[in-house]
Amino acid sequence: MNFDDTPEEAKFRQVARDWIKANAPHELYEDLANQGFGGAGGKQKSRTDGIATAKAWQKKKAEAGWACLNWPTEYGGRGATPIERVIWGQEEGVYGKLSGLFIIGHGMCGPTVMAYADEETKRRLLPPLASGENIWCQLFSEPAGGSDLAGLRTKAEKDGNDWVINGQKIWTSGAQHSDYGILITRTDPNVPKHKGMTMFWLDMKSPGVEVRPIKQANGQSEFNEVYFTDVRIHDSQRLGAVNDGWKVSLTTLMNERLTIGGSMSTGFSELFDFCSRIQTEDGLAIEDRAVRSKLADWAVKTSGLKYTGMRAISAVSKGENPGPENSIGKLVAGAMMQDIATYALDLQAQGGALNDPDLADFGARFQAMLLRSPATRIEGGSDEILRNIIAERVLGLPADIRVDKDVPFNKIPTSGRG
Amino acid sequence: MNFDFSDEQKSLKDELRRFLAKASPTTEVRKVLEGEALYNESVWKGLADLGVLGAGLPEEYGGAGGGYLELCIIAEELGRALAAVPFSSSILLAAEFILHAGSEEQKQKYLPKLASGELIGTFAYVEANGPVTPDRIAVTGGAALSGTKIPVPDGMIADIAIVAARDGAAGERGISLFIVDLNAKGVTRETVANIDPTRPQAKIVFSGAPAERLGAQGEGWGLINTVFDKAAVLTAFEQVGGADRALEMARDYALERMAFGRPIGSFQAIKHILADMYVSATLARSNAYYAAWALSTGSAELPEAAAAARVSATKAYQHCSKNNTQVHGGMGFTWAFDCHLFYKRANVMASGLGSLSQWEDKLIDRLRKSNKAA
Ligand SMILES: Cc1cc2nc3c(=O)[nH]c(=O)nc-3n(C[C@H](O)[C@H](O)[C@H](O)COP(=O)(O)OP(=O)(O)OC[C@H]3O[C@@H](n4cnc5c(N)ncnc54)[C@H](O)[C@@H]3O)c2cc1C
Repeated sequence: MNFDDTPEEAKFRQVARDWIKANAPHELYEDLANQGFGGAGGKQKSRTDGIATAKAWQKKKAEAGWACLNWPTEYGGRGATPIERVIWGQEEGVYGKLSGLFIIGHGMCGPTVMAYADEETKRRLLPPLASGENIWCQLFSEPAGGSDLAGLRTKAEKDGNDWVINGQKIWTSGAQHSDYGILITRTDPNVPKHKGMTMFWLDMKSPGVEVRPIKQANGQSEFNEVYFTDVRIHDSQRLGAVNDGWKVSLTTLMNERLTIGGSMSTGFSELFDFCSRIQTEDGLAIEDRAVRSKLADWAVKTSGLKYTGMRAISAVSKGENPGPENSIGKLVAGAMMQDIATYALDLQAQGGALNDPDLADFGARFQAMLLRSPATRIEGGSDEILRNIIAERVLGLPADIRVDKDVPFNKIPTSGRG
Repeated sequence: MNFDFSDEQKSLKDELRRFLAKASPTTEVRKVLEGEALYNESVWKGLADLGVLGAGLPEEYGGAGGGYLELCIIAEELGRALAAVPFSSSILLAAEFILHAGSEEQKQKYLPKLASGELIGTFAYVEANGPVTPDRIAVTGGAALSGTKIPVPDGMIADIAIVAARDGAAGERGISLFIVDLNAKGVTRETVANIDPTRPQAKIVFSGAPAERLGAQGEGWGLINTVFDKAAVLTAFEQVGGADRALEMARDYALERMAFGRPIGSFQAIKHILADMYVSATLARSNAYYAAWALSTGSAELPEAAAAARVSATKAYQHCSKNNTQVHGGMGFTWAFDCHLFYKRANVMASGLGSLSQWEDKLIDRLRKSNKAA
């Protein structure tokens, strides 16, 4: 049991720290440190500025070998160990917030392409993904296929060496900024749902792709609808075998849980800071026993998640595969963030209603958190789906009784949405 | 970084688990539950023979020279097995107090016998219901002690007690520690009913009982806080062991019990209860690991890590043990099924070193001090 750096790790940390000190966009430090969750609060730069800044930082990192650290160097990474990647994250600190735009590409699309594309494609697509030159999105969910992803209907039909795509995706984060995407489609509706899907990568500028941003409940537009009308994709863009898309998607989703769960903020340090400064009727909030009891609960959940992550990294660095246990991260952090935001507003009493960064406490960061957090409990696997995964795949309980499993896809009853 | 136990430590764990499965099944624990014994003496002897009692003590005092990490593993396995032995009182508290504050002579005199199991020790400090504060300690100290301690875990079987008593001014600085021979004159004791009969507690009355000082005069309160931080980490492992076992029991029952033509473990309501138990047990284990590292390296983060481990493990054990009963339905509320043993142990352990809310309070104080929120 050793939590300290080994001499090699300490050396790596020093190199990372020196490089960040010499190269990070220090002028953005204040802004980033105070940036509200989900983009609101604080003094926000315009979205385009944000993208340009994010791309510039990513490019600089990539040129010096600090992008996608755990990827092989020939694909734009550094070939670093899982622990080195964690150390980098700790050292990068607030500047890591600039990478939000790339999370899906680096965390999910990249690993899927790496696992299934041919060598030439990988060498062509992955380095510009690592360096932030290209943004990628994940075209999985559909109106008729969210939790039940295998309910998806977007069709891919073979025509010579091409596939012709028709259908609709929804909730696609970042599609409006994306250069490429990974796309899962229905290729055989006559077999049970999990057996008739195929995965592809595609250029988002392909003719017939139309992206329509969706206005979210928090007023922003991170996600989109994406329509496909006779979009042609060459067969060489297929990832995995025909009709084997479900297996390919599991690679993506496993990485998704690691990516989202592992890096999620819980809002605890903000709340602790807030309670150390604001007054209740009886004095400083943090002096109040009731406040303390709540803080203590969130404190141990937050530290528990952090050290659960460390245990997972230790296991991975000994050669174990990241498993379904990683579902714990987002399950705990998502719900906690919502509870924390709700409580922070309670402490603000009527002032909690204000949502102007200049008027509300703490630059309206908790308001932003409150309004964004419902999404964290849904995106990338809802709380309920994550509990099912833990129950079934970690604890070994029976799968839900299924009425759709052995039925051909086109014979499954639907709610008539799609 | 290597955030895991070593292979040798893991094989100690396997060995202990095998030993306890044979020597301390719950049928053994139930002998204490039914009042046939005050503890499982044969299990205690077996642990002594395995060298487990002295595993964490230095070799010059009859120990094996292992460290706190070994103690963590032992505590976890004992907690898992619900072992009805005075390990926490005798080793995690009495021996720690002596190791920490004793003179060389006291260490030579007591530690080898605690390590061999020949002597059983305990810690006696509570006197009245409600949180213990320095001003609520009324037993008077000096060369002889007078007053009453209640409840004292393992008070009926202990040979010696470390006693917190007042021998000076009011407040913290008036509290000192003493070692008292409980078999000597001036000590009377009786069993008091407690919610976990598998770990009996006592009321001890001192009337001029001969006592020897442990540590400097007026240092008692500080020593209690120091030793409690260490004990909090070690007992967190005991709690984590119990929580894990309660989760396993519930999982196994959910797979086997049929209702409405299917295993109850196929109902989502039950699956989600079990998933939440897994979550709380996992978070508690991770907090305990971090505290174990802090304890074993003497890190400055120990006070904070110990309080976090304690809060997390207390909650996880309570949560897992109550839901274990829930998953078992009516069976869970029978005396014959083991669910209540975990439920009772969890709730007694929750107050053993001070209540959950007191530890929450300490945690926040310490986080403020370290000025580091996460
Ligand atoms: C902010 C945001 C960003 C997103 N980004 C992307 C993206 O980039 N790419 C992408 O492909 N998708 C994305 N998604 C979609 C996301 O993955 C889905 O919303 C999610 O999987 C839930 O699917 P659904 O919306 O169809 O809800 P449904 O599946 O209809 O769920 C509705 C409710 O039913 C519950 N439920 C469903 N099935 C079960 C079950 N078996 N057991 C118990 N309860 C169940 C759910 O938990 C939920 O509470 C995003 C979503 C959000 C909110």
